[in-house]
Amino acid sequence: MELLFPIAIEIFCISAVLSFILQKVKSVSHFTSSGLSLIGSAFMLVFAGYILLTHTVINVVLPTSFPLFTLSFHVDGLAAFFIFVIALIALPATLYGISYLKPYYTQYNTGVFGFFYNLFLLSLFLVVTSYNGLYFLFVWELMSLSSFFLVIFEQNHPSTIKAGFIYFVMTHVATGCISFAFILLYLATGSFDFSVIKSHAELIPMTIKSIAIICFIVGFGTKAGIIPFHIWLPKAHSAAPSHVSALMSGVMIKMGIFMFFRMFLDVLTPTPWLGFTILFLGALSSILGVLYALSEHDSKRLLAYHSIENIGIILLGLGGGLVFLTLNYPAFAIISIIAGLYHTINHAIFKSLLFLSAGSVISQTHTRNIEEYGGLIKKMPYTALFFLIGAIAITGLPPFNGFVSEWLTFQGLFKGIAFEGMLIKAAFIFAGVCLAFTGGLAAACFVKAFGITFLARPRSVESQHAKESSFPMVLSMGFLAALCLVFSIGAPYVIAQLRVLVQALGSFTRHTSAMVPAHEKLTDLAALNFNTMGLLLGFTISAAVVYALVYLVSHRQKTVIGSIWECGYTEITPRMEITATGFSRTLILIFKGIFRPTKQVHVEYVDADMRYAPTKTVTLGISDIYENNMYYPLVKLFHRISIQVKKIQSGNINAYLLYIFLTLIGLLLVARYYL
Amino acid sequence: MILILIKLLILPLLSPLCIGIIRKIDAFMQNRRGASVIQPYFDLWKLFHKDEVISPDASWIFRATPYIIFAISLMLPLGIPLLSQVESWGFFSDFLVVVYLLALMTFFLALAGIDTGSMFGGFGASREMTLSALTEAVLVFSLLPIAIISQTSNLILMATTTSSLPPITYFPIFIAFIGFFIALMAETGRIPFDNPSTHLELTMIHEAMIIEYSGKRLALIEWTAANKFLFFVLLGANIFFPYGLSTTTNLLDLLIAVGVVAMKALLLIGAIGIIESSIAKYRLFRLPDLLLTGLILGIISLIATNI
Repeated sequence: MELLFPIAIEIFCISAVLSFILQKVKSVSHFTSSGLSLIGSAFMLVFAGYILLTHTVINVVLPTSFPLFTLSFHVDGLAAFFIFVIALIALPATLYGISYLKPYYTQYNTGVFGFFYNLFLLSLFLVVTSYNGLYFLFVWELMSLSSFFLVIFEQNHPSTIKAGFIYFVMTHVATGCISFAFILLYLATGSFDFSVIKSHAELIPMTIKSIAIICFIVGFGTKAGIIPFHIWLPKAHSAAPSHVSALMSGVMIKMGIFMFFRMFLDVLTPTPWLGFTILFLGALSSILGVLYALSEHDSKRLLAYHSIENIGIILLGLGGGLVFLTLNYPAFAIISIIAGLYHTINHAIFKSLLFLSAGSVISQTHTRNIEEYGGLIKKMPYTALFFLIGAIAITGLPPFNGFVSEWLTFQGLFKGIAFEGMLIKAAFIFAGVCLAFTGGLAAACFVKAFGITFLARPRSVESQHAKESSFPMVLSMGFLAALCLVFSIGAPYVIAQLRVLVQALGSFTRHTSAMVPAHEKLTDLAALNFNTMGLLLGFTISAAVVYALVYLVSHRQKTVIGSIWECGYTEITPRMEITATGFSRTLILIFKGIFRPTKQVHVEYVDADMRYAPTKTVTLGISDIYENNMYYPLVKLFHRISIQVKKIQSGNINAYLLYIFLTLIGLLLVARYYL
Repeated sequence: MILILIKLLILPLLSPLCIGIIRKIDAFMQNRRGASVIQPYFDLWKLFHKDEVISPDASWIFRATPYIIFAISLMLPLGIPLLSQVESWGFFSDFLVVVYLLALMTFFLALAGIDTGSMFGGFGASREMTLSALTEAVLVFSLLPIAIISQTSNLILMATTTSSLPPITYFPIFIAFIGFFIALMAETGRIPFDNPSTHLELTMIHEAMIIEYSGKRLALIEWTAANKFLFFVLLGANIFFPYGLSTTTNLLDLLIAVGVVAMKALLLIGAIGIIESSIAKYRLFRLPDLLLTGLILGIISLIATNI
């Protein structure tokens, strides 16, 4: 069983190479590489399932000829859980890609795409199993670069290149922070190996640990897309092909979350302020993410902002857990951390489902602007049904999986609110208020997204002529929709498995003896008899009875298809429907302190003498406060510094030789006196 | 068993009566005589025997929504304490489950509003979702203080604990109740949030959303709204004032409990009727202020539980 992992790794490598070699024959290369990645992902899924069920820990260290750089693989429960998540999403996404990419054969090189796609999957699996800082940075960079090439796949659009560029810059700033943190840890412990750092965790000086943790938050937080490091995320996710967006949003941003779990709960010991910081960042990301999603009418950018929201919810679980850990309430911490992990897998499932359904709509209508959709539920019934399931799940409504993890997250926060200390209570009340608003606003946002896309009348010619997507695409969406239900009904089992996994993490094994028995009064884990099945059963019975009774009473009455009431107008056009902008404008105006809504009115007086009223165009939007207030000043600063630096860049080779000479002398002096 | 049956039947059987009572109170406040309290039953019966017109653009969402939300509204009372403290229905009793089931009803109703392609439906849905997005938090935070005091999120256990508290600790619960009352008015669409008997399309929220419904589906929607109203009244009366709930399943105790609960519910309905008759409807953009007041009251109550 353990051999499945290296075999799958080799399959991905072979698949990448084959796809590259066969790129001249696009269909063959695409089919081969997709087929092989399906097999590889299936192997990984079985492998992860085996590790999770048998609770084995695999640790393989392969030394290389470079000092400090060892290929060290470590598969424990946490890594296996994330392998499971990656493989679970990679399967339907790859299947979907087989037919989604067909229209691209004529324009783009799908062979190279297949190469990077397999490399991307490979790097994801390697990131979660790596256990050495330098090797980790290597595979992390592999993941960033391969995903960058996937983002700029549709290179003929200028906006795609711009999105790719911002992603490229942001991800490398993040990698810079992470490298710095690892170097600090190396200086403190003398090793890049996670196992060595872990055993020395309590000996690391407080200041070094604090700086390293801040760097980790910035670095991994950028990858996870927490606010305010999120600006690359909506751009990159909307530019990539839809099944890549599903993988990026469902899985890749979770790598940042994975490293949060790995570093803060397993390798390092949390500092007292860490939990509160994460809790605060989570609360901020969740509420702001959903608010920005509300203002979007690009279907994939909307979903991307919801990823930010859900990363926030995951962080609420993690942050709560860290606070409880530092307060020495391990039993409470377990509930919160389980909530975070559970939301990780749930979000992976429903977010990739939503991206795939959005992609299915885009492949038919050739636009991402939801104002041009409408009425698609009749043209694409399966896509509509699956999108609806995803929407209910992400909103956290019963009976789907989002409900379970949101409920658990709430339970964790409630335990914090029950504390006596005012600071802790206030922090958790703030987080709870944010989470409660997030749930409600997400519902509003998805009523908008589903309603404007699939209901009422088509608002463009493309939407009128849309057809249901091909079978592989429907199948992969259906698979994910079924998972939404499975992970809700199977909640007690999943929670029990996650509990074993969490208890094996470093923070819990470290002080088993010093643990204070926690007061597990407020719904202990044994009482979490999640009964979604009962809920569904009750609903089915009650709906059936209602239907039968209504039929009994009024089956003789006729149902007529007739026009709607619009104050006497008879010609109803699609322009009379509510738009996505109109739908969310009330909420945007309510939260105008956060949004800074903009309104531009253009009046055209082209034929003003002929008409009574001139043509008016009103553009409603919101201003991007992060780019305007945080990133543009930074860019300007760099620009100014660059102009100063230009002065010493004369272009004269002699001058550069002088610089090299001076640097050498300087280094020698440093080496002489300080080392 | 018999208690579960009562819980299942009490909402659909008595909710039209509650609507009748509140309309009677409104009429009394306006110096009218008003229709009989059992008029809503006749209205429903009439609607069930009318033909219906459905928009050509409507999909299965529009057709299925009345059944879905009515079925959910039937399940709501299973988890709340109705007559006694000994009933238990496990997972259904969790207050978050109740809040989320209510949100699910609103979700489908809003979708049905958009589905017809009517501009009133769309704007009704937009306004309803705007309000419910804010109300959800108020509802959670008005029930949370009791959950924290009683250290459980199970509604029945919450009622049991609150009924045995000394009166001195009752202060935070009462503050939370004011927050709950604001949420109640918003969720059930009473003045100052929404006017259930409005005839002006521009001011409607709930009524605009369901404007295209007719016949048996309209009957189901109206009935659901009534169910939701009665559910909120029972929830408020039995969670915040859990006195008079029977501690056993003896028939005599239960009968006394029926009387007490009916009295409490009538008092609450009377209060709602008088308050909504004596204030004007708020402008839409002022409603968030009111809802945030409710939220703040919930938070104050949470902090007061410490003292």
